Amino acid sequence: MATLEIHDLHVTVEADNATKEILKGVDLTVKQGETHAIMGPNGSGKSTLAYSLAGHPKYTITGGTVTLDGEDVLGMSVDERARAGLFLAMQYPVEVPGVSVSNFLRTSATAIRGEAPKLRTWVKEVKEAMTRLNMDPAFAERNVNEGFSGGEKKRHEILQLELLKPKIAILDETDSGLDVDALRVVSEGVNRVRESGEVGTLLITHYTRILRYIKPDHVHVFSGGRIVESGGAELADKLENEGYEVYAKHDGVDTKGGASE
Amino acid sequence: MAEAQNIPVGSTTAGQIAVAAESTVATRMSAPPSFDVADFPVPHGREEEWRFTPLERLRGLHDGTAVATGDGVKVGIDAPEGVVVETVGRDDHRLGRAVPADRVAAQAYSAFEKAGVVTVPKETVLTEPIRISVHGEGGVAYGHQIIELGAFAEAVVVIDHTGDAVLAANLDYILGDGAKLTVVSVQDWDDKAVHVGQHNALIGRDATFKSFVVTFGGDLVRLHPRVAYAGPGGEAELFGLYFTDAGQHQEHRLLVDHNAPHCKSNVAYKGALQGDGAHAVWIGDVLIEASAEGTDTYEMNRNLVLTDGARVDSVPNLEIETGEIVGAGHASATGRFDDEQLFYLMARGIPADEARRLVVRGFFAELVQQIRVADIQERLLARIDEELEASV
Repeated sequence: MATLEIHDLHVTVEADNATKEILKGVDLTVKQGETHAIMGPNGSGKSTLAYSLAGHPKYTITGGTVTLDGEDVLGMSVDERARAGLFLAMQYPVEVPGVSVSNFLRTSATAIRGEAPKLRTWVKEVKEAMTRLNMDPAFAERNVNEGFSGGEKKRHEILQLELLKPKIAILDETDSGLDVDALRVVSEGVNRVRESGEVGTLLITHYTRILRYIKPDHVHVFSGGRIVESGGAELADKLENEGYEVYAKHDGVDTKGGASE
Repeated sequence: MAEAQNIPVGSTTAGQIAVAAESTVATRMSAPPSFDVADFPVPHGREEEWRFTPLERLRGLHDGTAVATGDGVKVGIDAPEGVVVETVGRDDHRLGRAVPADRVAAQAYSAFEKAGVVTVPKETVLTEPIRISVHGEGGVAYGHQIIELGAFAEAVVVIDHTGDAVLAANLDYILGDGAKLTVVSVQDWDDKAVHVGQHNALIGRDATFKSFVVTFGGDLVRLHPRVAYAGPGGEAELFGLYFTDAGQHQEHRLLVDHNAPHCKSNVAYKGALQGDGAHAVWIGDVLIEASAEGTDTYEMNRNLVLTDGARVDSVPNLEIETGEIVGAGHASATGRFDDEQLFYLMARGIPADEARRLVVRGFFAELVQQIRVADIQERLLARIDEELEASV
């Protein structure tokens, strides 16, 4: 069973000619089949955790370990991490002009699977996955994320999740900017992947709203660059009612906006 | 216009839109067009039309010291049936319909011994391209080639420059009324080659001219595509792709002279640069003369800088002498390779080199797709891949 283990992870970022520590010792274990929600206020370091796990060059790992089934993730390049089974659904997916969605998906699937998928079954696979996400087939001929609406970008991320079948999926604020209908469609996509039982999910969110659609096994409260409380799904209810203020007193982070917004 | 030295890599030179300009395209040249090389002073590098060009690398094409060696280039022409291919002397009446605009063009015009003339007779519609190969044999050469389409003729011409040479050659594209000409000029020279040329398109009434200028090779390539209209209703599409490597100077200077009413022009040049001393220059002059009512024109230049040490000078320039036009616009942008794009693709398992290839191919895609000559399209994509592999 695939297991992602994060141990005492410290991460810094360079900003305004100064080095700032964002993650201050994160410990977390995510196993295949489990869903963990990470909740926290803006600026608590949630997205830094997501991007650090994926290997974004902006972040410097200064301490700790991350392993996937015992393999050192931090020693891998970005693409090696993806091929090892890590997937990051991004909060702000990047436009790639001139590269069609269909070309991108096939190139990506070829890289992840280690061989080019057979054209006929592949076309069918993509088409069916797109239909399930209420995506127009013409979508495949558009350039990656170019001119996509917020909802289209997120659906495109979840389409990749369905096609690439990672061991560990990190969903970075996939719910942000979505209306209720889009949130439902995207959540159903995530749930289909979860129901396979083959993916461990790390759901990063500011709001409790998405947890009505995607039921977590574990909820972690993130504040000041580390996990400050862990519990079951009931912890989300507590956040819904009480907000993040109680966790943030000593961290001086932005606590404006409660979890229930 | 900003001084070249002040333009940092990754910036875009601001263009100009001049209405009833005091400084016109013509007056910015150091001398008016002429067939006589003596009418142009030897450039020193401060002249507007020479200031971006490293004169010391022109191998004497600009100062009269480059003497033709007689075996500079070999020209081969492969034309489908119905096309007339001739080699003519300097006294042929079809020469001299476009005037050299600078010293090297005048030098080429003064120095060639024989000119090539390819004629597609009127109403002849070709289904296969005419292919012209210009292969450098290591010498110095001056040349002149005319491609002429009679009324309502249609043709595709591929001109392929390879090998090593120091070449100054002018090309005339003469389009009869209603003719349709597509030209693909590929500069796939060896590393040391120097190539300077003026490409003159004279577009007949209701004729359509489509040009692709594709520059990969050479130490110094400086091309000067120019368009003028012989009557109303003409259309010109000028597309260009260049991939400028370490140490290469690739310069494309365009002039579209809207001298007739109700004509269209669309210019789109895209370039990628990598390596120390890679230098691309793009000058896009569009002149809308007072008589050119109903003109519709747009010009665009985009550059993708892949590494440090490369430089782009991009100067769009639009001069409008009449307000009675449909549209006129220009755009220029130069950007660095986007690391976020690279991250996004790599986060989907795609290795770095393949991700770069996708992005650069994507950058050029809209132009490559327009070249409907299959083997050229494939070769172009393969050359882009090769260039990228060389950089890793």
